[in-house]
Amino acid sequence: MNKFKLAYSTGVVLLAVFCAMAVGAIVIKAVGASPMLTYLTIVTGPVQDLFGVTEVLVRAVPLILVALGIAISFRSGIINIGAEGQILMGILAATATALALPGLPKIVLLPLVLLAGAIGGGLWAGIAGVLRAKLGVNEILSTVMLNYIAAQFYTFLLRGPMIDPGELETGSGTPQSLRLPENAWLGRLIPETRLHMGLVLALVLAVAVYFLLWRTTWGLRLRAAGAEAKAARYAGISVDRSLIVAMLFAGAFAGLAGAVEVTGVHHRAIEGISSGYGFAGIVVALFGGLHPAGIVPAAVFFGLLLVGADMTQRTAGVPANMILVLQGVIILAIVSAKMYLNNAYAQERVAKFFARFKAPSVEPMKPGGQS
Amino acid sequence: MKEAVEPITELKLEGITKRFPGILACNNVAMEVRRGEVLALVGENGAGKSTLMNILAGLYQPDAGTITLNGKAVHFRDPNDAYARGIGMVHQNFMLVPNMTVIENVALGLKQHHHFMNLDLKAVKQRILEVSAHHELPVNPDAYIWQLSVGEQQRVELIKTLCFGARLLILDEPTSALTPQETDDLIDRLKRMSAELSIIFISHKLNEVKTLSNRVAILRHGAVVFNGLTVNHTTSELAALMTGREVVLPHNEGMGGGGAVILSARDLKVRGDRGHLALDGLDLELHAGEILGLAGVSGNGQRELAEAISGLRPVESGKVELLDRDMTNRTPSAMIHAGLGYIPEDRHHEGIVPSFTVKENLVLKDFSTRRFSTWCMLKLKEIARNAEFLKERYDIRCSSTSAAGGSLSGGNIQKVILARELAREPKALVAVYPTRGVDMGAQEFIHSQLLARRRAGGGILLISEELEEIMNLSDRIAVIYKGRILKILPSLEATRERLGLLMAGVSDE
Repeated sequence: MNKFKLAYSTGVVLLAVFCAMAVGAIVIKAVGASPMLTYLTIVTGPVQDLFGVTEVLVRAVPLILVALGIAISFRSGIINIGAEGQILMGILAATATALALPGLPKIVLLPLVLLAGAIGGGLWAGIAGVLRAKLGVNEILSTVMLNYIAAQFYTFLLRGPMIDPGELETGSGTPQSLRLPENAWLGRLIPETRLHMGLVLALVLAVAVYFLLWRTTWGLRLRAAGAEAKAARYAGISVDRSLIVAMLFAGAFAGLAGAVEVTGVHHRAIEGISSGYGFAGIVVALFGGLHPAGIVPAAVFFGLLLVGADMTQRTAGVPANMILVLQGVIILAIVSAKMYLNNAYAQERVAKFFARFKAPSVEPMKPGGQS
Repeated sequence: MKEAVEPITELKLEGITKRFPGILACNNVAMEVRRGEVLALVGENGAGKSTLMNILAGLYQPDAGTITLNGKAVHFRDPNDAYARGIGMVHQNFMLVPNMTVIENVALGLKQHHHFMNLDLKAVKQRILEVSAHHELPVNPDAYIWQLSVGEQQRVELIKTLCFGARLLILDEPTSALTPQETDDLIDRLKRMSAELSIIFISHKLNEVKTLSNRVAILRHGAVVFNGLTVNHTTSELAALMTGREVVLPHNEGMGGGGAVILSARDLKVRGDRGHLALDGLDLELHAGEILGLAGVSGNGQRELAEAISGLRPVESGKVELLDRDMTNRTPSAMIHAGLGYIPEDRHHEGIVPSFTVKENLVLKDFSTRRFSTWCMLKLKEIARNAEFLKERYDIRCSSTSAAGGSLSGGNIQKVILARELAREPKALVAVYPTRGVDMGAQEFIHSQLLARRRAGGGILLISEELEEIMNLSDRIAVIYKGRILKILPSLEATRERLGLLMAGVSDE
């Protein structure tokens, strides 16, 4: 029975991927490129050398962090679409902290900077949490709107109060902050690449989130409030508090992702630093089944797509933006496939269908239970 | 128009078998219904009644077996097929759109009145009025569904099904959400309607089966174990056949109470969801070691009382005291820790978290205690051990304690809630409709557990619409009417008639 189930699940997933690729092929063909070459590039291009692999992981790090936060908030019954804004606030808080205290030793400054990023993102998300818990403001609306505010605030600071004084002197006026002091840089994991210690941090936190959600009383409270708020209330759990706590966590993870990006990769706050990680993180979280064990591979897969997409532009002549179309198609295919994965009736029908071709001695379905 | 459906003179099911993964839901079932006959279909939760009826209504395909209608074999591919042959089903949960009128709801399914760019609502209204007059089912066609009481909605469902041309009605536990008065009314109407229709009536309530049906078929574990005339058997014989053993609902065996007051409400004023005063100066005292039954037609403030006591609904004025401490407007968790247990009305959404495992649901109120966690870390082993113990002790039937709570049958979900609440040994327990919609076996078990708690010195406030349940279990019976206690009488002095009058607001002094 289990063998059949495994084969069934694999079959469904493969079929979904095939459908997605078929639809994607039409789109790629329409822009005049070769689908085969494109797919080949996306999947194999990034993994042909060490640098490519590390680049995939570099992109996976912020995706993992954001997705972990999203998983916490979704599981707690609050839909956080505001990771993009929370990342920006995290970057600002981390950058400001690092620039304000450049003299501190690394062992103190770096944790402080990362913490500041988490707090910045957390507080920003907390606004939406409090609004929802106390005033019943829909969190989807508020987080999306807070994204806009954060984006403008970010641009304002980078063009005004936080701009690198050097930019003003030379007159080029590129909106970016001063370079962070080296004491605030995350160390490199592999020299000559951009892969940084953030990966270790992300993996450790993935385990921590698993423990938080499934092994602690906090997690049980959050999940209960998210799964059935009424029952949680009746059991004496404060659902309002859960919502706020969940948003604080979600924002903290997004803010940390921003802080890790700035301390690990760019070393200064620049425009476009988040490059959509806030939204891709939602997809990664859902793709990974809102579970850390699924989120990590999902983030690596999306990292691969992102790096591969950059390469398709050069090798296959497909605009990098087309990868967004492909992403969308894959997501639709996977979500549709999920409908079939856990559907016992569909399974039964498939089993019956195949049973016809098999020798009569093999009986795929056994009446159990009450018979 | 497929209006002129020939009347159903005889419907026969033979050898119907239906398998679901892991379960044989119907095993070689045979039964028949004739015109003008009411067949009662009874069985415990999960006996296969609903599956069988869904097959008859065209929602499921049987794996084997035949359905014969008026001597001809038929095959229903979907519900429309069944409707076209005159078979209509009224589901336990009403399938009505609340913010649409009765006419609009009926029009949704009457495809012959859907014309291009034009929906003939007048014709639909005409049809409703015809059916309503013919079958004596009064209804206001222009009323919105949300304005109607549950009993009226039930009538709309019947009218809707009849408008679609049903000649054989399948009613899935039609009385489970009705008040006693509405139930009597419905049974009356169905009796009259059965003169020209065939009715299959699914119910747990054997006294209803007894009054309404001509014949009764009993399902157990997916197979028919009994099929015969209703008049030849008493309700207790039927109950024994249904569960496979003798079922005797336990009685409260003597005078209890007299203990100290453990829970009291004084001059309680509480607003309902629509802003009206649902409780208007209610006074109530619950003593240790007694079961205080709260009888009343639903909607007279029972829900608000239970929620106000549990800290779930703000109290506008008045006082709630638990064990001599003022607990007015304290949080639910404060009430829980002060020793209040609560079996809520809606077991699927208020009682358990459906997606959580049985073992998680069993510690939903206690997971942060020393026993189940240290330093915020859950003791998974202890939680599992607790679940195994309670599963055994409270006879919870589930494949494993890791199964999702929501996958259990209603009776077993209720046992999970009961186990969780009683294992906490509450000083006072508020039980709201504890046996609504559960089968006789589970009912017997729940009743005996409540009585055991009472013997152990706990006080229980039993809110129910089942007069029999209240009279069987209570030491004293309070009647609630329009947010106040109309009268409290000792159980010994209570009769069905007297309580019925009080529930209707007629005070007997």
